[in-house]
Amino acid sequence: MTTTGLDPATLAAGHKGVVGEQRRKTSSAAITVFLGVVALVWFVPVAWSVYTSLRPYADTAKRGYVSLPGKLNFDNYSKAWNEANLPHFYLNSLIIAVPAVLMVLLLASFVAFGVSRFDWRLNVAVLLLFTAGNLLPQQTIITPLYRIYLQVPLPEWMSDSGTLYDSYWGVILIHVAFQMGFVTFVLSNYMKTIPRELTEAAMVDGASVWRQYWQLTLPLCRAPIAALATLEFTWIYNDFFWALVLMKTGDKRPITSALANLNGVFFTDNNLIAAGAILAAIPTLIVFFVLQRQFIGGLTLGATKG
Amino acid sequence: MTLTSTTDATGTAAPAGRKSRRRLSRLTRTDKIVLTVMLGIPTLLLLALVWIPALLSIVLSFSVWNGIGGIGDIKWVGWQNYHQIFTIYPPFWPAIRHNVYWLLVFVLIATPFGMLLAVLLDRQIRFSRIYQSAIYLPVVLALALIGFMWQLIYSGDQGLINGILGKTAPGDQINWLGDPKLNIWAILVEASWRHVGYVMLLYLAGLKGVDPTLREAAAIDGANERQAFFRVIFPAMRPVNVVILVITVIESLRGSFDIPYITNKGRNGLEVLPVLVTNNIIGEASRIGFGSALAVILLLLSLGFIVSYLIQAFRKEPA
Repeated sequence: MTTTGLDPATLAAGHKGVVGEQRRKTSSAAITVFLGVVALVWFVPVAWSVYTSLRPYADTAKRGYVSLPGKLNFDNYSKAWNEANLPHFYLNSLIIAVPAVLMVLLLASFVAFGVSRFDWRLNVAVLLLFTAGNLLPQQTIITPLYRIYLQVPLPEWMSDSGTLYDSYWGVILIHVAFQMGFVTFVLSNYMKTIPRELTEAAMVDGASVWRQYWQLTLPLCRAPIAALATLEFTWIYNDFFWALVLMKTGDKRPITSALANLNGVFFTDNNLIAAGAILAAIPTLIVFFVLQRQFIGGLTLGATKG
Repeated sequence: MTLTSTTDATGTAAPAGRKSRRRLSRLTRTDKIVLTVMLGIPTLLLLALVWIPALLSIVLSFSVWNGIGGIGDIKWVGWQNYHQIFTIYPPFWPAIRHNVYWLLVFVLIATPFGMLLAVLLDRQIRFSRIYQSAIYLPVVLALALIGFMWQLIYSGDQGLINGILGKTAPGDQINWLGDPKLNIWAILVEASWRHVGYVMLLYLAGLKGVDPTLREAAAIDGANERQAFFRVIFPAMRPVNVVILVITVIESLRGSFDIPYITNKGRNGLEVLPVLVTNNIIGEASRIGFGSALAVILLLLSLGFIVSYLIQAFRKEPA
């Protein structure tokens, strides 16, 4: 009865298919428009900052801020750059971020290696310890940490304040300690997907643990390490809290934490503030444009492996 | 050097009965030392700078200590700090209220909206990469910077909003950041602006990881889009959902430090718990015990979600 394919069920399904197709086309268009509007609205704050930063103060003083521009130039940028001595603060950020990222990746990969390639009693407990360490609120750690930092002495060549407090090393170390958990978690999950047989073979061939780590496991983790490096650099560069609390000298602070002080003193009008903010954001914007895949990869590796 | 095993460099399976687990006893002494160092240094660092301070924080919350004297100056006062916080500390209840608003706005508005955007973007319409980029751009920006940028929008006389509304004259301005009835909501718009992009990214990645056969099965069974999503896809993404929920809660608690602090140091309608903790720790009027008690409260509020995340992340998945 049904070999002609014209039974009611097929006809109905076909009809649904055609109508469904129509519905999908219009809803596709509607969605595109909706998302377009959302994306536009989302872009407004950054666009507004860029726009304001390009307008000379005289221009906005005369015409107001919500107005078409008379002139556009980079005056604000050069003023912010020079008067507030921004290169100095970029350098501070680099001094903190680069060692911190390198150390986090190294130390976390140690732990990930130890935890994922070997089976031993405290395996899960250690991983738990590290993962949970990244989930604690920073403010719960800072209360005694502040005092500890004031007490721990550092040699002069490591810190001109003589202690961990108000020193680059102090901020670097807390970043490392705090971020290790996330990186460990992601890397250990990734390392677990490397076939055991590879390291088994190496072990049988007499390779030491260090060689297994350095020459076998680590090179296989290039992709997640690149992703994590991008993510961690962004997070550490963007940090505002640790340097604010653990550094007293405004001059030593990385750029994100220093902006607040600079705002009162050097960026005396909104145009300068806009330029200063954009300048401070540039490294992260570079990540956004150039290293998008790595950044997103890092975030999602951490999330979807859970 | 190689034993006569069937494992080769490409990793074909070892014969059955031979467990491919490394027993620690097969490691040389050097190996064990190396491993101990590799694991030991990070663990020591973690304990010293994260866990011990966290535990000390709990301990110190039962004390009164201004930090100027040495350890001998600590006075143990039982629950006094907590009692004071709940009864006679003026910024506390406003801070709790504001963090609860933060949590509610994130959970009820920002996170669902981010998920919605992810679902829509998953359909691979035109320009979706551009839309995606515009929406997650705030995620790469520092929260402190977001605070600055939005000051340009909310400024009383020079801001974008008041400018568009034509309310820039003195006396006529809407005081977005200074009016305690308005400013917490103004801040929440900023924070949501970023949070939506964050959730969207995570959820999109999760959606892409969903087994396509699930969707096909749902379609064959005659489910429409909405049914397919809520009854089939959403439950299948439970790990991602948990992660997003945890991140949402954590961002609304410990992530509520930067923007209020940048805007007005967390006063006058922008009180939040993390800023309260910091105010009591740094500076001359340092009340370590009191600040620690506030920090413990913050920890307890986060703890439920931290634990549920850990349970989810460490649960063995059914084969």
